[in-house]
Amino acid sequence: MMWSSDKSFLMDALLLHRLHFAFTVIYHYLFPQLTMGLALLIVVLKTVALVRHNERYNEAARFWAKIFAINFLIGVVTGIPMEFQFGTNWAQFSRFTGGVIGQPLAMEGVFSFFLESAFLGLFLFGEKRLSPWAHWASAFLVFVGSWISGFFIIVTNAWMQHPVAYKVLPNGSFEVTSFWGLLMNPWALLQYAHNMSGAVITGAFVMSAVGAFYILEKRFDEHARIFVRVGVIAGVISCATQIFPTGDLHGRYMAKHQPAAVAAMEGLFSSQAGAPIVLMGQPDETTQSIDNPIAVNDMLSFLIYGTTRAEVKGLDQFPRDQWPSPLPLLFYSYHIMAGLGTYFVLLMLVAVFLLWRGKLFDTRWVLWPLFLSFPLPYIANTAGWMTAEIGRQPWLVYGLIRTSDGYSKNVSAGNTLFTLLGFMGMYTLLSILFILLVYRTVSEGPSASAKQRSAS
Amino acid sequence: MGFIWFWIVAVMLAAYVVLDGFDLGVGILHPLLARSESDRQIMLRSIGPVWDGNEVWLLAGGGTLYFAFPALYAAAFSGFYLALMIVLWLLIMRGASVELRMHIDDPLWRSFFDGLFFLSSSLLAVFFGAALANVIRGVPLRADGYFFLPLWTNWRVGPQPGILDWYTVIGGVVALVALAIHGGLYLAVKTEGDLQDRARTFVRRSWAVLFAITIVSLVATIAVRSDALANYSAFPLAYAIPIVVIGSLGGMLYFCRGKTDRRAFASSCIYLSTMLVGAAISLYPRLLPSSSDASLDITVQNALSGPYAMRVGLIWWAFGMILALVYFVVIYRMFRGKVTLEGDGYGH
Repeated sequence: MMWSSDKSFLMDALLLHRLHFAFTVIYHYLFPQLTMGLALLIVVLKTVALVRHNERYNEAARFWAKIFAINFLIGVVTGIPMEFQFGTNWAQFSRFTGGVIGQPLAMEGVFSFFLESAFLGLFLFGEKRLSPWAHWASAFLVFVGSWISGFFIIVTNAWMQHPVAYKVLPNGSFEVTSFWGLLMNPWALLQYAHNMSGAVITGAFVMSAVGAFYILEKRFDEHARIFVRVGVIAGVISCATQIFPTGDLHGRYMAKHQPAAVAAMEGLFSSQAGAPIVLMGQPDETTQSIDNPIAVNDMLSFLIYGTTRAEVKGLDQFPRDQWPSPLPLLFYSYHIMAGLGTYFVLLMLVAVFLLWRGKLFDTRWVLWPLFLSFPLPYIANTAGWMTAEIGRQPWLVYGLIRTSDGYSKNVSAGNTLFTLLGFMGMYTLLSILFILLVYRTVSEGPSASAKQRSAS
Repeated sequence: MGFIWFWIVAVMLAAYVVLDGFDLGVGILHPLLARSESDRQIMLRSIGPVWDGNEVWLLAGGGTLYFAFPALYAAAFSGFYLALMIVLWLLIMRGASVELRMHIDDPLWRSFFDGLFFLSSSLLAVFFGAALANVIRGVPLRADGYFFLPLWTNWRVGPQPGILDWYTVIGGVVALVALAIHGGLYLAVKTEGDLQDRARTFVRRSWAVLFAITIVSLVATIAVRSDALANYSAFPLAYAIPIVVIGSLGGMLYFCRGKTDRRAFASSCIYLSTMLVGAAISLYPRLLPSSSDASLDITVQNALSGPYAMRVGLIWWAFGMILALVYFVVIYRMFRGKVTLEGDGYGH
């Protein structure tokens, strides 16, 4: 249960602290995923512009830099609360684990934020003062900074998923025992690859969506084709790597180290050889079964162990108080992620095939889904993170600290609800501003930004 | 090791105050000094490429604090819960106002963000000053190492104080005035003509207020914490700090009158850092003192992370700081000189 039965709804401090973090982190991550994906694609645009001396690619880069700047800003201002919340809302957790995960969090500030903020200023405002190569380098360093930042956050999360390189001190807190052991946590490397591939998917879908939109509208044709071409090529690569090898390897590693999470994700209540994969259905915790299942027999055993007869552990192997909760939400999150991931790869394969045959820009039935699908990677990435985070429950640090032991017991439910509502209000305002400005930028189009730049 | 990390965190936070301090100050002065849209744009451009990097010192300093002193981070961040959440909201509003204002050329849109920029910058200055005063005054720590402070109680310095009481409000006012002057001196360096004259005039006129409130705050500190000077008595050399504080205050006025703006701004940087260093000397080895029982103090010894983490931390921290300093030198050199409205496509 998410809240204990003697407390009424929204009166339980633990639940509110969880909702507080969940809301702010889900909202926050809508922005960095585009930042990281787009940073790479902007480097691609700048590289083509430089190598082929093609000014259209520079204009394309300038257009995306405008959207990047707005997106980056919202990412930064919603990111600061994340670092604070470890202490404000999860004080007990911070006290015990600061000697381990304080390291990657501090390193993120020292190695990534300084780099990013310094070169973003140069990239956005310095094009006239810099040579083309130096401007390319500033774009590249912004990309490096944002990807380093992602790495340190993944290292932090990976330690919570799969604690390594630590020891317990006499006062019960944890200390890191190996600098490289912590940074090179196998879980972190797999999760990082999977996560960054997901960020590129978001960037690729957003870029090709804007391109497809312009083509369908018959505006900015030259730039639109660049957007679709770069977006679709980056899309097909990242959608493929999202499933294989990154998703596949991550899933197997998870099956080995968090078997209860995998059983819950797949809705496998009882252990069995030749376990089926449930494509759709509604898990019922009381009857311990899946309603209305659409399943493929033996498939789960095959995916995890490479043989259809292997036995997969079901939830019956684990004590009830170690089941991830809320279980149905975990099941749905995982299935939404996997389902959308499958759709992405199919759409991008069709698009890249048509691109190769030179027909994509005239094929309206593919341009329409390319245009309309841009929200879906956001949903898939969010669902993926929910799978990771709910799958880890009831643990805050897997096997070491329970979520119910980690929150700030000195911060009351009333205070937590107050600030949760405050963040909801604040983020509603930010969303309106963000949508307004991105809408204006997209409707002005790349030519406008090219003209304005050269006029100023 | 605890000594080293205490000063690492203190220096990072001081760097934050000195650097983000001037762009907060520009925000405080925004409605006072800007008379026209071009004034407002110049003021914003003077901090445009650097404010975000300046703010990183808060994040990097906070992250380092978490890493080196997890027990302090846990207690202080949860205990000052409401104040920190308000600080977060102000940081969000301020970031949005600096960056989004120029996107739409409409008087109402720009006025809205001008107001937000001024309000959030001013309140942040007050909250940061009050935060430091809270740490000096001490908090009602419990035996489990935690506490929780409401925003205010009866405004008195007692065993159950609020985050705001008469003493911490003085701290807030010191920060507000000091950062406004800091921002004014920065503008004197970065601008020309009428705007520069107004910035200098503001500094000359408000200087006496800063001088008076600085003295008041020092006296009040000794009244609130009778042990505030204990470390100074043990190391009389530390009395150089208050002398430098007074000297740098004098320098601000002297150089501002002489129109040597860079030196005046440097004096203000020295003033802010020595105020903070003075407070840190007074605190050490305490990180967060108890307002009632010294045995409950959170100290460098009882909050420090394990020895391996601290040793390895020194290596990567030093390496990262060298890189960060290089970036800062590059950026400040790139954007050095007076701000003008021509060129650069800053603003859309």
